[in-house]
Amino acid sequence: MAAPASTQTVDLVARFPDSVSADARPGYTGFIVKKENLLEVATAIRDEFGYDLLTAVTGVDYIAENKMEVVYHAYKTTGGAGLTFKVQVDRVDPVEVPSVVGIWAGADFQEREAWDLLGIKFTGHPDLRRILMWEGYEGHPLRKDWKEPFFEEEAKPFKSRWPDGQHTFAENKNPFRDNLKFPEGFDPEAYQPENEDDLYASLERFRSKGENDRLKTDHIVVNMGPHHPSTHGVLRVAVTLDGETITGLKPVMGYLHRNHDKIGERNTYLQIIPYTDRLDYFNSMSNNFGYVTTIEKLMKIPVAERAEYIRVIMAELSRIQNHLIFIGMLMNDLGTMYTPSLYAFEERELVLDIFEAVSGARMMCNYFRFGGVVRDIPDFAMQKIKDLVFDRLPAKTDEMERFLNENEVLVARLKGIHVLNAEDAIKYSVTGPVLRAAGVPYDLRRAEPYSVYDRFDFDVAVRHNADMMDNYLIRFDEIRQSLRILEQAIKQIPEGPINSQKPAYQVRVPAGEAYGRIESPKGELGFYVVSNGKPNPYRYHVRPASFVNLQAVESMCIGAKIADFVALLAMFDIVMGELDR
Amino acid sequence: MYGKGILKGLSVTWKRFWDTYTEDISWMVRGKKRYNTQEGIAHRSSKDTKGIFTVQYPEEQLIQPEEFRYVPFLVYDEGEEGKKEIRCTSCGICAKVCPPQCIWIVRTNDPSTGRPVPVPTNFYIDMDICMNCGFCAEYCPFDAIKMDHDFDIASYERNVYNLEKLLKPASYYNSIRPENAAREDEARRAKEALKAAKAEAKPAAAA
Amino acid sequence: MENEKLSLPNYNIPEDLENVVAITTLDRLYNWGRRSSVWPLMFGLACCAIEMIAAQTARYDMARFGMEVMRPTPRQADMMLVSGTVTKKMLPAIIRLYNQMPEPKYVVAMGACASSGGPFKEGYNVVAGIDKFLPVDVYIPGCPPTPQALIAGMIKLQEKIDKQSIKKVRWYEKGKVDSNYVPMPVLGPDLIDVRRNAEIKQAASQKTTQESA
Repeated sequence: MAAPASTQTVDLVARFPDSVSADARPGYTGFIVKKENLLEVATAIRDEFGYDLLTAVTGVDYIAENKMEVVYHAYKTTGGAGLTFKVQVDRVDPVEVPSVVGIWAGADFQEREAWDLLGIKFTGHPDLRRILMWEGYEGHPLRKDWKEPFFEEEAKPFKSRWPDGQHTFAENKNPFRDNLKFPEGFDPEAYQPENEDDLYASLERFRSKGENDRLKTDHIVVNMGPHHPSTHGVLRVAVTLDGETITGLKPVMGYLHRNHDKIGERNTYLQIIPYTDRLDYFNSMSNNFGYVTTIEKLMKIPVAERAEYIRVIMAELSRIQNHLIFIGMLMNDLGTMYTPSLYAFEERELVLDIFEAVSGARMMCNYFRFGGVVRDIPDFAMQKIKDLVFDRLPAKTDEMERFLNENEVLVARLKGIHVLNAEDAIKYSVTGPVLRAAGVPYDLRRAEPYSVYDRFDFDVAVRHNADMMDNYLIRFDEIRQSLRILEQAIKQIPEGPINSQKPAYQVRVPAGEAYGRIESPKGELGFYVVSNGKPNPYRYHVRPASFVNLQAVESMCIGAKIADFVALLAMFDIVMGELDR
Repeated sequence: MYGKGILKGLSVTWKRFWDTYTEDISWMVRGKKRYNTQEGIAHRSSKDTKGIFTVQYPEEQLIQPEEFRYVPFLVYDEGEEGKKEIRCTSCGICAKVCPPQCIWIVRTNDPSTGRPVPVPTNFYIDMDICMNCGFCAEYCPFDAIKMDHDFDIASYERNVYNLEKLLKPASYYNSIRPENAAREDEARRAKEALKAAKAEAKPAAAA
Repeated sequence: MENEKLSLPNYNIPEDLENVVAITTLDRLYNWGRRSSVWPLMFGLACCAIEMIAAQTARYDMARFGMEVMRPTPRQADMMLVSGTVTKKMLPAIIRLYNQMPEPKYVVAMGACASSGGPFKEGYNVVAGIDKFLPVDVYIPGCPPTPQALIAGMIKLQEKIDKQSIKKVRWYEKGKVDSNYVPMPVLGPDLIDVRRNAEIKQAASQKTTQESA
């Protein structure tokens, strides 16, 4: 089990007796920092105490106490427990909190998200625009007093479904006969839509002054996406180009923002599980894993021994197929259309057959429950897992390497194209294979072991050149390590029950907060949940790996050629379902 | 030599291409049919699959594992004279547990007493909201709602299913999920036997 | 393909000439050509897009239906497979793509989200079904539909194409330049469907009077 967050290793109160107090609310941990001293304390946390990786920043709207809270989770890249600190401000507009972007650049997108969805203004943020919704959108949706157009009730289950549940379309209940809500007296004909000047102005941020003095060249703005075959979904990237060189770049996202957090806060704890499947839709097993570990932390329940092994087996199989697809898709982006991805999808289909046999669905498995898993692995599926792990997958990984690794064109495209060095990666809170390819052996399965990962013998895959070639090769290393874990897990898996709890469709979760995180194939996947003892969470926030990793893309691509950009973006292995939620 | 890596890679594709024909020949020599047979499909989904990987839907179909789930349906037992004995008691657990809240149940009230009768008057599932999570089937205490194997349900209209369209016989359920059905039947029988034993024991104790 | 289904009922064809009359045979030829080369727009939105890709790969191989030529440009595509959740922010881009597609064009709503908003229907940024804006030809339930279910839906689309008649199709109608043009929605305080401006204005003002009353 992961070390509980309560074992704080530093005593901030002793260091800052005037500006820091311990969070004494029952079930809560960490420290509450005074707003005026936030920057000073944060600098000390980074420099004196060594918490160099700020993973999650999010806000909570405590409407009953008339307070807004910003929660920060900082960790050390050397491993170990984290540090949680919070800032509380009165819920009076404008809600203002100093921005920590100057200390951890990785707070950038997450602060923008908190501004967008909660309306917390981060003073000193260099580029505070809406990030998931569009400029001009009315309201801040995650505030507790903000209701959606199709709002029915505060919490599920809705009363209109039973016992007198006549089917109606939600559209019929809405005055606009659609999922729409306009301010009172709104006149669409007189409305002038906001333009995107702010976005294009922000593109100029990185361009050095005086650069144009030598030779006057025109810079052109190119918008890639949201419909683009190589942006891995509906991501849009605004790029300024000087010839073929990128001089400015901004990702624009939110084209798949499906309101995961808001819907999650209305769901019961159990109902969230199938929704997490749809975050990173390549790895529903990993998402389930992250979510249930967080809730188990809150509920303080044990997990059945056999279930722990089943979870590890599923998560690692998921990682293998994800990395194979990554390789296939990277080849697509480089122009090796189809053949490698067809080979990758073949292995993926075989892995999905296993998922289908154990959980019933190929992609949206919905397989984990609090305390265990839904059902045991059937014998024929176990045999299939063994066949794949001991027999097919090692051979196919070798074949894939033989197929691609020495290909001269591939080497020319990948070798020596710099991605991200360790310092920048940590600065921008990048986690996952990209960080490890930069030489930082930070893998949560080792750094802060969860589940039963501490029982397996495996190496954290690390490479040191931080170029595209290393980023590509590290996926093969990780596949091999996953296979090692799988071999041990299959051999060690004990007999026994698969759930420590009785099946129940409503679980009791004591009041409190928890931040749980796992090493998903894309990086750190975190869940921050606040419970107030009711059947549905008070605050439910996902810290997705893709979203936070993408912060580095701007500084990473400046100066690169536009032809390399698609491949550079592919290195993060982004998935829009997770990025936009 | 420049180009060696490419040739090495091409040898992999060449082998894959060639495997299709060697496999075909080896199946032919053994006198077995590789296409349009269950055995052939199973082999193409196993670890030994080589060469052609395609399962030619709709002529062939992948072998669905028992747990495969698509959309829910309601089970009824066939009573005498084709009477449909619906297992559902309209307790509403499925409607409560449904994450996207796509189940609507109208409970039946006895017109004389006004008290609820354990049978639904109507049952709606909006198939275009359903997220195929399988919670309804998992938490139903009466084995009344189950997940279907039939995925060929695309249509030219929005899909809102009512009670009539949702009902399928228990024999169908037993055919798609034999192991689950057997286990559940067993459990139900055991429960009824226990109940009967208790009922017997009670008058005995009273006497 | 049943030939009888295709012949128009208002043409009184003698029985012995049934398979020779031009209107029937031309339709058949025309539809056969179109149904066997439906080029989808290479356009993935969300989770369903992965199953769409899977349906294109070796195991399911949509090439058997002439559907493997995924065109990234809408100008070469015949069918828009709306594969995933349509968000309000994304909708203008989708409408723009749709308007650029040449007739004949088809829209398939793949999965629950595209059909009705699906599990995310209640979300503030989600459009409750692409059929609010585009004419949907086939709805495929499932979350996500398995590749086989997708192919089953594609077969349904082919059946629909089979039933169309060259004389009646909208893209050859006189006087209609672009019969299926959808005006671009505007992103305002919420999504504004410009076709319904008057209605929105009325509904927005009514709410005020109701609340003040």
